[in-house]
Amino acid sequence: MYTIIVLLPLAGFLIAGLFGKSIGAKACEYTLSGFMVVAAILSWIAFLSFGYGEGETLRVPLLHWMQSGTLDVAWSLRIDRLTLVMLVVVNTVSTLVHVYSIGYMHHDPHRPRFFAYLSLFTFAMLMLVTSNNLVQMFFGWEGVGLASYLLIGFWYKKPTANAAAMKAFVVNRVGDFGFALGIFGVFALFGSVNFDTIFAGAADVAAQLGGGHEAAAAGAGAAAHGAGDVVLNFAGYGLTMGSALTVVCLLLFMGAMGKSAQLGLHTWLPDAMEGPTPVSALIHAATMVTAGVFMLARMSPLFELSPSALTFVTFIGATTAFFAATIGLVQNDIKRVIAYSTCSQLGYMFVALGVGAYGPAIFHLFTHAFFKALLFLGAGSVIHAVSDEQDMRRMGGLRTHIPKTYWMMVIGTLALTGFPFTAGYYSKDAIIEAAFVGHNSFALYGWGMTVIAAALTSFYSWRLIFMTFHGKPRASADVMHHIHESPLVMLVPLYVLAAGALFAGIVFEHSFIGEGYDEFWHAALYTGAENHVLHDMHEISFWIAILPTLCMVIGFVVAYMFYIRQPSLAKETAKRNRGLYQFLLNKWYFDELYDFLFVKPSQHLGRFLWKTGDGKVIDGLGPDGVSARVLDVTGRVVRLQSGYLYHYAFAMLIGVAALVTWMMLGGAS
Amino acid sequence: MTDWPILSTVTFLPLVGAILILFIKDDNELARRNVRNVALLTTVFTFIVSLWIWIDFDPADPGFQMVERADWIGGGITYHMGVDGISMLFVILTTFLMPLCVLASFESVKVRVKDYMIAFLVLETLVIGVFCSLDLVLFYIFFEGGLIPMFLIIGVWGGKRRIYASYKFFLYTFLGSVLMLIAIMAMYWNAGTSSIPELLQHKFPASMQTWLWLAFFASFAVKMPMWPVHTWLPDAHVEAPTAGSVILAGILLKLGGYGFIRFSLPMFPIASADFAPFVFTLSVVAIIYTSLVALMQEDIKKLIAYSSVAHMGFVTMGIFAANEQGVQGAIFQMLSHGLVSGALFLCVGVVYDRMHTRDIAAYGGLVNRMPHYAVVMLIFTMANVGLPGTSGFVGEFLTLIGVYQVNSWVAIFATTGVILSAGYALWLYRRVIFGALEKESLRSILDLSGREKLLLYPLVALVIFFGVYPMPVFDVTAASVENLVNGYTAALDAANSGSVAALH
Repeated sequence: MYTIIVLLPLAGFLIAGLFGKSIGAKACEYTLSGFMVVAAILSWIAFLSFGYGEGETLRVPLLHWMQSGTLDVAWSLRIDRLTLVMLVVVNTVSTLVHVYSIGYMHHDPHRPRFFAYLSLFTFAMLMLVTSNNLVQMFFGWEGVGLASYLLIGFWYKKPTANAAAMKAFVVNRVGDFGFALGIFGVFALFGSVNFDTIFAGAADVAAQLGGGHEAAAAGAGAAAHGAGDVVLNFAGYGLTMGSALTVVCLLLFMGAMGKSAQLGLHTWLPDAMEGPTPVSALIHAATMVTAGVFMLARMSPLFELSPSALTFVTFIGATTAFFAATIGLVQNDIKRVIAYSTCSQLGYMFVALGVGAYGPAIFHLFTHAFFKALLFLGAGSVIHAVSDEQDMRRMGGLRTHIPKTYWMMVIGTLALTGFPFTAGYYSKDAIIEAAFVGHNSFALYGWGMTVIAAALTSFYSWRLIFMTFHGKPRASADVMHHIHESPLVMLVPLYVLAAGALFAGIVFEHSFIGEGYDEFWHAALYTGAENHVLHDMHEISFWIAILPTLCMVIGFVVAYMFYIRQPSLAKETAKRNRGLYQFLLNKWYFDELYDFLFVKPSQHLGRFLWKTGDGKVIDGLGPDGVSARVLDVTGRVVRLQSGYLYHYAFAMLIGVAALVTWMMLGGAS
Repeated sequence: MTDWPILSTVTFLPLVGAILILFIKDDNELARRNVRNVALLTTVFTFIVSLWIWIDFDPADPGFQMVERADWIGGGITYHMGVDGISMLFVILTTFLMPLCVLASFESVKVRVKDYMIAFLVLETLVIGVFCSLDLVLFYIFFEGGLIPMFLIIGVWGGKRRIYASYKFFLYTFLGSVLMLIAIMAMYWNAGTSSIPELLQHKFPASMQTWLWLAFFASFAVKMPMWPVHTWLPDAHVEAPTAGSVILAGILLKLGGYGFIRFSLPMFPIASADFAPFVFTLSVVAIIYTSLVALMQEDIKKLIAYSSVAHMGFVTMGIFAANEQGVQGAIFQMLSHGLVSGALFLCVGVVYDRMHTRDIAAYGGLVNRMPHYAVVMLIFTMANVGLPGTSGFVGEFLTLIGVYQVNSWVAIFATTGVILSAGYALWLYRRVIFGALEKESLRSILDLSGREKLLLYPLVALVIFFGVYPMPVFDVTAASVENLVNGYTAALDAANSGSVAALH
């Protein structure tokens, strides 16, 4: 069954890719969507039935991949609760996006290609989450990168889309650089890239570090006896087990930062909105960008051994949560607002991972997939209605024209902002609480940042709703004339996601983070012996627990003041704080900075090495230089051969005289 | 059937075809068609026969198989052929790429077709000979002989600056070879034999190893090519006809790497260990330097040529990591690069045949008129970038994981190649394939013809097959590589304990 789940999208991709032209767009759409429906139903069955068994991790071998010396890699599936959660998320959202796209893309002449890419993406993502070793995970990792590249650049005639696609791929590759080095490091440490061996090795290390672990956590940095030997050489440093693990974890985290658009490697995500909106919902909100979160949860046995790496994760996550939310405040493109919101919410998940609260992180991943996909698809529905306009400044007053979309968007917003009893309320508050009780030195920073970000989230989310749906219409009469509610094929996915956004929290809270934790997760998530975050987070005071909800209310009220009560207030505030506004509007100038630091220099360097290095130095001193010198020399030699007899005779005479002189002198001595 | 000299058959079959062609006149279109067909049939037949080598090959045996031996010159020098797990697949790669080259030249080569095909067939014989010969002198003759047809192919059927390019190619490669010849003579005097299997057992004195290693290095480094003796390659590629580029990138570049694995590592282990940091440095410089240069190229072929140099950097790095992952990865990387870069040059040939320009700026938006071409090009671009699931990934990954265990700095620097390759390859793809079709000259460009599909689709299938299931290659190479690596470590251990004993 698991094999079928994974391979169905691949089959769909091949059908649409190879025969898309001959069987026609309609057939492609329905076949591929049908495949996805089957895959999604199967994954829900697997997800629900799994708990009844022992919860043993299943391994399904498929094919041998690589073998060289002690390195042995196979294509295989690893089925445990973590995988199943991801299967459900990926397949559900993917199915809905497939169906939605039938409506959304129906004007496009390249539908078979679009559906082929969607299925290819789903396949790669499934390979990623079911992988039983790091290399197959890397395959899925790069595979989703490829699919993302193709889908962002789907409208290949738009130069901006092409630029964004390439940027996404290259920036992700920067993260993959770290991921790859992390894999090499893991192999050097544990002699294998298979999870079973790695986790067994990590358990040994945990036992070895034993008591020394707390000392290390306390900052003494003293490794336990037996762990002091150098086990890994990295960049010239001989590392003991403890620090080697930190290095490896940080490298792996670098991969996660790229894929999950964390601070520093986030620049590709907003640009990725150039792709069709269903793509943004599937790839850049619900699934691919959460791969980093998944990876850290999967590698929790390693990360639990490295408090320093976890601290760093918390720091980056918290900063991203705050930073992305600030940018979201001022963006005018409806999709970009949601993109920055995604970035920020991913930061939340990393905060949770960083404080060792893996359950809440995955829980938020799960609920976030529903409401963020809902928001994106809702935004798609809006864009569809207003003739492909994305700028919120040219929307407004759409509430009465597309009421169904409006209510779906409101539900998504409620869930995102953590309105009580919606999905986001359970998962997001759990993260904030976990950060509050977390032990590492940045946990409190993480708490502060996530609380502030909660207020900001509420503000920008309601700002989006108000600017789009309320107030007076700002679109042209022509657009307003054509405005229409989306067809049923687009609305049904919205309804399903809305149900998820409303109820996913209340239904699953018990299992994901509550009493049923152990029974639900079994051994899929590893928490160290001294990690009590999950226990502690249920025992915090009432005021701390209510704080995120308060922040949400504040955000809502401010947004209401700015955009409903007194619409001029927003502009005036922006004008008064011009510097700050520009800073945020230009996304903290990251793009400009990177262009200045990396892109331009490498272009100049490349040109320099080519023209000067290859051209002048190597060729100049090498072949061209040699041939030029040879020409010079022969040129002179040629001049000697003048053809006059007396020249030759004279030369001969001098020669003879020299010879005689030399012999006489030589003979004399 | 087992006594049949299969290696000699495969080696000299193309020569038979060449002689046949010699008797066909080259004065009308019909005759030219015959020439082309004979060449194609010969190469296809050679390929089919060569598959027999793979079928008969015993992967469990680390030594040389299908050995043929006959007296030749004087007492010591013999005609000695045989293959092991390291060389066998290179023979297959050669026989596989040759029919594609011939087919690729069907329409693009219009002048002196007869001479052209003869040159290719002779080249095939010589290259297969390099991989099969088990005698140093025989090896040298094949190795150097290969220069001549390639020199002619570039010099006669090349582009505008073909004379400059072909001389540059010749001078570079010849200079290295002279040094190697001297080293071969020295080896013969020291060991008393030119038989490669015997030389592999012979222990050269440590002081001599250094010089021999350097002399061989001079030749192989140029062939690879390694930085800084790589500048002949971009010029040669740019000027060579499409099929010439395919052979150059696909096979001739592999001679250097093959030489390192066959000679430098097992015969001069002490020197190899001493020089490994030096090779690592050059490899890393090659990867970063040429990737940056590739980023700025304005000529499609030059860009791919520079990316070849970068990929060969992974090979040299893997070989001198001298562990199983490194060496097997290097072999795999060479085989994979043979397919991928060959295919990329064929892709360039496709558009060059239509537009007669290699300027990146002359293209743009090809996907609009050439969807099949865009797909094929995308797959090879991704393989070039080393995307998992394509053959390009396996070699890169193994060489990196191999070298990481030896020296992590090298791995760190080399892995930046992963980022840079994505940069230059995708930028090329974006400028050539994507975008709107705005250039007037491209309005009527046609998609892949049936012949071109026949050329490229098998390569697509292989690149993906070996990316997903590379085990056939590992099965063949495992025993020989293990043997090689064990011999190498044993020799180093012996040398170390020897020097320790001498100290006491």
